[in-house]
Amino acid sequence: MRRRTFLAAALAGTGAALTGGCAPSGPGVTRDTVRVGMLHSLSGTMAISEVTVRDAVLLAVERVNAAGGVLGRRIEPVVEDGASDEVTFADKARKLLMSDRVAAVFGGWTSASRKAMLPVFEAEDGLLFYPVQYEGMESSPNIVYTGATTNQQIVPALDHLRGQGHTRIHLVGSDYVFPRTANRVISAYAEAHGIEITGTDYTPLGHTEYTTVTAKIARARPDAVFNTLNGDSNVAFFKQLRSSGITADDMPVLSVSVAEEEVGGIGPEILDGHLVAWNYFQTTDTPENRDFVAAFQDEYGPRRVTSDPMQSAYNAVHLWAAAAEAAGGFDTGAVREAAAGLTIDAPEGPVTFDAESQHLAKTARIGRIGGDGAITEVANSGGPITPDPYLAGYDWAAPIRP
Amino acid sequence: MDALLTQLPIAAAVGAVLLLAALGLNFTFGQMGVINMAHGEFLMVGAYTAFALQAWAGLGGSAVLVALPVAFAVTALMGLALERGLIRHFYGRPLDTLLLTFGVSLLLQQLARDVFGAPNVDVAAPSWLAGGTGVLGVWLHHSRLFIILLAAVAVVAIALYIGRSRSGRYMRAVLHDRDLAAVSGIPVGRVDAATFAVGSGLAGVAGVALALIGPIGPSIGSSYIVDAFLVVVVGGLGQLRGAVIAAFALGALNAYSELWTGASLAKVVVFAVIIAFLQARPQGLFSVKTRALA
Amino acid sequence: MTAANPTETAAGSVPEATDRNVSTGPAARARLLSGVPPTLLIGVAAAVVLAVMPLLLDEFRLGLLTRYLCYAIVAVGIAVAWGRGGMLTLGHGVFFGLGAYAMAAHMTLAAAPDGALPEFMVWNGIGSLPLLWQPFRSLAFTLAAVVVLPGAVAALLGWAVFRRRVRGAYFAILNQALAAAFAILLIGQQHLTGGSSGLTNLPVLAGVDLSTGAARTGLYFAVAGFLLAVWAAYTRLMDSRYGSLLVAVRDSEERVRFLGYDPTWVKASAYTLSAVAAGVAGALFVPATGIITPALVGVIPSIQLVLMAALGGRHSLTGAAIGAVALGTAETAFSESFAGGWLYLQGALFVAVIALAPRGLAGFAESLASRLPSVRRSR
Repeated sequence: MRRRTFLAAALAGTGAALTGGCAPSGPGVTRDTVRVGMLHSLSGTMAISEVTVRDAVLLAVERVNAAGGVLGRRIEPVVEDGASDEVTFADKARKLLMSDRVAAVFGGWTSASRKAMLPVFEAEDGLLFYPVQYEGMESSPNIVYTGATTNQQIVPALDHLRGQGHTRIHLVGSDYVFPRTANRVISAYAEAHGIEITGTDYTPLGHTEYTTVTAKIARARPDAVFNTLNGDSNVAFFKQLRSSGITADDMPVLSVSVAEEEVGGIGPEILDGHLVAWNYFQTTDTPENRDFVAAFQDEYGPRRVTSDPMQSAYNAVHLWAAAAEAAGGFDTGAVREAAAGLTIDAPEGPVTFDAESQHLAKTARIGRIGGDGAITEVANSGGPITPDPYLAGYDWAAPIRP
Repeated sequence: MDALLTQLPIAAAVGAVLLLAALGLNFTFGQMGVINMAHGEFLMVGAYTAFALQAWAGLGGSAVLVALPVAFAVTALMGLALERGLIRHFYGRPLDTLLLTFGVSLLLQQLARDVFGAPNVDVAAPSWLAGGTGVLGVWLHHSRLFIILLAAVAVVAIALYIGRSRSGRYMRAVLHDRDLAAVSGIPVGRVDAATFAVGSGLAGVAGVALALIGPIGPSIGSSYIVDAFLVVVVGGLGQLRGAVIAAFALGALNAYSELWTGASLAKVVVFAVIIAFLQARPQGLFSVKTRALA
Repeated sequence: MTAANPTETAAGSVPEATDRNVSTGPAARARLLSGVPPTLLIGVAAAVVLAVMPLLLDEFRLGLLTRYLCYAIVAVGIAVAWGRGGMLTLGHGVFFGLGAYAMAAHMTLAAAPDGALPEFMVWNGIGSLPLLWQPFRSLAFTLAAVVVLPGAVAALLGWAVFRRRVRGAYFAILNQALAAAFAILLIGQQHLTGGSSGLTNLPVLAGVDLSTGAARTGLYFAVAGFLLAVWAAYTRLMDSRYGSLLVAVRDSEERVRFLGYDPTWVKASAYTLSAVAAGVAGALFVPATGIITPALVGVIPSIQLVLMAALGGRHSLTGAAIGAVALGTAETAFSESFAGGWLYLQGALFVAVIALAPRGLAGFAESLASRLPSVRRSR
C-alpha cells in the first residue's frame, strides 16, 4: 500500500517532468524568423573553452540581425548545453533538428563531441558548423569545418620549424585522438624531411606531473618541442619545463592548443618567446579583425580576449548567412550548394569554402608569445591554403593515408 | 642505468608532492576515519589564496611565502566549519561522510568558478623558486626542493604535535578508543574539531606549494585527490611514518613506471601494484591495533 | 537491524541503512489488505506506467527516458551492493563500460562493410583486426561477454579484496582508483578503443536499423523490460535467505563469520551480481544512444550512479531505480534552463539527501505513507 502510493507518485512526477520541459515546436523558418541551434558545453569541464565560442556565435548572430537578418528574417538562436558529455551532445543535436527544426547548428569543440553528433546530422540531413582545429581524416557532407585541418596548422608549423633550421624535434602530447593523429602526421613529415624525432611522450588528460617528461627532454636536447598537450596539462608542463632551466632561447616549444585564452592561466613570463600555430591571433592586422575585437570587447568587456576558435565560430555564422542569401532558402542541400566557392572577408583574412572537403581555405600563421601575454605573428603561409583533410596532396603522407 | 640514477630525484620530487597532498588526509581520514572528498578543494582554496594575495593584495613574488600561513588559517577555518556544521553528525558512518563531502566539493568548485572565473589563473613564483640547479649531472628543480622542505617541516611539526602536545595526546587517545577517551574526561568533540581543522589547514598549505608547479583552477582538486587517498590507504590508517614511506614509494613507482611504460600505463601499473600490495597487507604498511570488533 | 558499531549508537545518528520496511516475509504479506505480494503490485504498476510513456513523450524525450532506464538498471545493482551489502561501489562505471564496450565493439564490426576495418583503426594505422576484437564479430559471444566480462572482473576483484577483509572506505577508494585507471586505459589504448572519442556511429544491431522511430520505441521497451526483469530477479533474491545473509554481513561481518558463513563469498557474489546489472545496462545503453566514450565510465559518472541510488533510497531496489530516472530528469530539465546552476544543485542534493534523508525518496515516501490513517489501520 505505502509503496504503491510512493511508486505511483514518483512515476507520475517523473512523467510530468519529462513531458513538461518540451521544446518549442512548429516550423523552424517563418516569414519573419529563422531558428538556428547553438550547442556548446555551458557546464562541465569543457565549459571553460566552449562558453567563449558561444559568446562569439551570439555576437555574430546579433550583428547579422542588426544588418537586417538573413533573407529578411531575424535569426532566433536556440541555445542548448552539451554539458561536456558526448551523449548529451548527440541528444541535444537530435532535439534541435527534430523538435526545434533549426536551419543550422553551430557547436562542438572536442572531437569526441563532433563524432557523437555526426551520425545525427547525417541521419536527419542537418548542417553543423564546427569551429575548432582538429585532426582531419574526416569530411562529412553535413558538417562545415571552419577551423583548420592538419595541412593548415600542423604542416605549416613543421615547415616553419624546418625553415628555422630545427632538425631534432621532441613530441609531447595528451593521450587522446588529436595528439596521436597529429604525431603520426609529424612523424611521416619528419621521416621524409630528414628531421629526427628525439622522443614522443603522451600523458593522460589532466596530468600535472611533468618532471619525468622534462627530464627526458633535457637529456635528449632537441632543437624544438612540438606540443599537443591539452588544457590544464599545459600549465604544469610549462611551469616544470621552466624550472628544468629550459627557456625559449634554448629550445622553443611550438604549441597548437595554446591560444590567447590559455596564456593568462599559464603565466606570460613563463611562455615568453615560445611559439604557437593558428590561423588567427587577436593581433592579426585586418580591418575586419579590428572591427571584430572592438565589437566583442564592447559586448563582453574590455578585458576579454579573442582567439582562433572564437573567430572561426564567428565566421561560421557569417558564412551560413551568406550561403543562405545566395541559395535564397534554408534547405541544407541548397545552402551547401550555394556555399561552394563562397569567399567571405573574415577577421583572419579571406576564407573560401571548399565544397569537396567541406572545409575552408585558410591562411596559416605562426605567432610568438610575448612577456605581456600578447601573441604576435612571426610568419604566415602567404595566402589561404586549400584544405586537405586526408593529406592526399602530400607525397610524404602516403604511409599514413587510409 | 644512467636513467635509473637521474630518475631518483624525480621519484623523490613526485613523492614529495604526493606526501604534501596526502598529509592533511592522513589527519582527517587516518585519525578520524572521515573521508573528506572536499580535501582536493581545500588544496584549491590554498592555491587561490596565493593568487588572491598576489593579484589582489599586490604582494608580488613574496605572496607565496605569505600565503602559507594565511592559507593554513583560511582552510583550517573552513574545515572547522565543515566539521562542526556537517561531519560531526556522521561519525561512524564513513561512507555517508564520503558522499556528503563529495557534495561539498561540487559546491566549492562551482563557487570558485563564480568567484575566480572558469579559466585558470596564474601565480608567479618568486625568482629564487623559478629555476633549478644542476648538481653532479642531476637537475634539481627549486620548486621541488621547496616542496620537499615544506613536507619535511610539516612532518616534523605534526610529529611534535602528536607526540608532545596535550591536544596531540588527546588525539591519539581518541583514535585508539573513542569511548574510553570520552569517559576519561577528554573533550572528544573539541579534539575532533581541532584534528579536522589541522588536517584541512595542511591541505591549504599544500595547495600553495602545488600552485608553483601546476595549474590553478576550479577543478584542480580532482587531479590530486585519488592519488592522495591511495597514499593514505597504502600507508595505513593514521600512521605518519606509513604516509611518508607510502608517498615516496608511490612516487618512485610512478616515476619509474612512467619512464618505462609512459604516463598513461603507469597509472594502471600503480593501481595493479596497490591491489597486490593490499593482498599482503590489507591494513596498509602500518596499522593501529585496536580492540574494537569489526 | 542491529547496531554493530558502538560508535554508531553513541553518536546517536541514523543507522547507515535499515530495511525494516522492506523485508517482506509471509507475515508482512499477510498484513496487506489485498493479499497480493507487494512486489507483484509494484511490478504491474511500473509495467503499466512504462507502457504508456511512449504515448505521452515525443521521440526525443522517449530517447532520454530510455537512457535513464539504463541507469536505473545500474542503480538497482548499486542498491544490492551498497544498500544491502554495505559495499560503497564508487567504480560501477567500469562494469557499465565493460558491457557497453563489448556491445559497441560488436556493433562497430556489424556497421563496417564486409570485412572492412573500423574507421578509427584505419587512421590509427592498424593493418588487420586485432585479436581482442575478433570474437566480437559473433553476436552470441558478445551477449555472453556482456554478462561474463563485468561479472568476472568483479568476482576476481571482490574475491581478492574481501578475502583480505578490505572494506568500507578502503574498498570505496580502491573502486574509485579502478574507475580512474579504467578510463585512462581506454583513452590511452586508442587503436583498440577509439580513445577519447570512443565508439560512435553504431546504427545497426542484429540486422535492424536503429535510427527509425519504430526501432527506437522498440529499444525503449527492451530496456524497460530488462529493468523490470533485473529488478524482479534481484528483489526476489533479496527476499530470500541470501538477502538476509547479505544484510547480516553488512551489519556485522564478524558475527556472521562466527556463525559459520564465509562473508567473502557473500560479499563477492553480491558485488558480482551488482556488476552484472551494470554490464547489462551498458550493453543496452549503446544501441539506445549509439555511443560509448571513456567520459561515460570514469570517476565522475561512477559517483553520479551512486547519487542516483542515494537519492532514491539505497536500501530500496525500487527507490534506487526511481532515483535514477528522477536525477536524470532533473539534470536535463535544470541544465536546459540554467546550465551553471546544475553543479550547485547537484552538490546541494548530495548534502541534503545524505544529511536529511539518508533513506532517500523511498524512505521519505515510506514515512509519509505510514502517517496515512488507512495504512495504520491496515497494520
